[in-house]
Amino acid sequence: MIRVKNLTKKYGDLKAVDDVTFDVHTGEILGFLGPNGAGKTTTVRIITCYMLPTSGWVEVDGLNVSEHSLEVRKKIGYLPENAPLYSEINVLDYLHFIMGIRGIAKHRFSQRTKEIIDVCGLGSVIHRNIGELSKGFRQRVGLAQAMVHDPEILILDEPTSGLDPNQIAEIRSLIKELGKEKTVILCTHILPEVEATCGRVLIINEGKIVADGSPAELQSSFQGKEKIYIELKAPFEDVEAKLANLENVEKVEQIASNGNGKKKFTVECAKGVDLREKLFRLAVENNWALLEMRKEQASLEDVFRELTTS
Amino acid sequence: MSNHITIFCKKELRSFFDSPIAYIVITIFLLISGWFFFSDLFLVNQTSMRNLFSIIPFIFMFFVPAVTMRLISEEKRSGTIEVLLTLPVKDYEIILGKFLAGLILIFVAVILTLVYTLTLSGLGNLDFGSVLAGYVGLLFLGATYLSVGVFTSSLTQNQIVAFITSFVIIFALYMLDKVLIFVPGVLASFLEYLSVDYHFSNISRGVIDSRDVIYYLSVIFFFLFLAVRALESGKWR
Repeated sequence: MIRVKNLTKKYGDLKAVDDVTFDVHTGEILGFLGPNGAGKTTTVRIITCYMLPTSGWVEVDGLNVSEHSLEVRKKIGYLPENAPLYSEINVLDYLHFIMGIRGIAKHRFSQRTKEIIDVCGLGSVIHRNIGELSKGFRQRVGLAQAMVHDPEILILDEPTSGLDPNQIAEIRSLIKELGKEKTVILCTHILPEVEATCGRVLIINEGKIVADGSPAELQSSFQGKEKIYIELKAPFEDVEAKLANLENVEKVEQIASNGNGKKKFTVECAKGVDLREKLFRLAVENNWALLEMRKEQASLEDVFRELTTS
Repeated sequence: MSNHITIFCKKELRSFFDSPIAYIVITIFLLISGWFFFSDLFLVNQTSMRNLFSIIPFIFMFFVPAVTMRLISEEKRSGTIEVLLTLPVKDYEIILGKFLAGLILIFVAVILTLVYTLTLSGLGNLDFGSVLAGYVGLLFLGATYLSVGVFTSSLTQNQIVAFITSFVIIFALYMLDKVLIFVPGVLASFLEYLSVDYHFSNISRGVIDSRDVIYYLSVIFFFLFLAVRALESGKWR
């Protein structure tokens, strides 16, 4: 369990993290979201004991990061942003180096290496120099480095940056798998990643926490507009104007129209109003063929955009 | 010795010897010292290592910063310092591991100059006692330069800046006893005590005095301590 309380970090006059408080429970996969420069990396760097806070405190399993730094570091596996690695040594030597530092017994090296290679899919590059590896493999070596000692807490700063779609899917399922027994903090600005893997989302903007909850909770509490997508066949009429004249309609947007009269719109209205019935009656009155109509869910992306742009 | 220090030291030695750095630096060191040594050996016409021992402190001024410049600055530049400092190790273990790796490299370079000694011993009677003392002195001197280099490397992420700053500090330490005629008496003996070359010339005369050893050990400790503090200070940024 990680407890962050009134955490503030200043770089000179700039407040990178401003009075942030949150808990991460054991066995939780927390998605830590925010635009670039919002304070994600700074927060994570304080939790991993890379930096000290200006004020406030962080506790990992009841141990303060400033006072029991070494014990905290033993519990955490950390993949920093961009996976910084030594380029002049090979993957195997690098993993052995980290294992040695992490205090894994020499006789367990080969077995542990085998396990970690399987999990991270490093079998084909194990004797290559890290400097020669592609971004995807480097990222996986970084992940292997973070998991070598089977930590209780795994902190991953943008683990899928630079990976191709197949690798991203692999890493995501790996994170999900790991999250069954470990606490995982996943920093990212890639929203589908969070929806796919995280049980809980924390959104940070300009150093402050602006949202906290499961992806579903965030979507439902989103103070946006109801959006309805509608597709009609109405060759001769000005559908847009008629839609706009409907009661409660706030905005009509034509997405596409083609020669044979098929037209696609999104219709926006205030939250809580259901326009679908009225839209249906309007179509019937005007003798339009209604091809498709659906209510659009506010995506996590909408939530994110709303909360992090001013 | 702490297990972590050994691991850091081994890792650093590997990256010295896996890359061309160590070989290039050692070769250049041997070429230059060999040239200075043999060019006037037959003019002096003495079987003495004095000549070599007086030139090496000067060559070390370039050689040692070249060895140390990347030790920590490269970690800072590439970001690997973030992995390093979030591992469960104490900061002094990182510094000492890297320092020892540098010391071993210098030791190798110095050992290789034994070829000159052996050549010389074939030409006449060599006082092996004073030669041994000279070598011990060289190692102390090298270790002192190294500690300066490790310190400056921990200050910056630019290798060139690390090289130049350590060169300047080492040059100052070396020159202190060369400017004594310009300063008043009290200050002169103080400056003389601070000079690395003064203590080295004491030892290379064949007398390993505890005062000289204490001087070297305290300077080494001082700069390594500063290096640890410099590494720690990153956390307060």
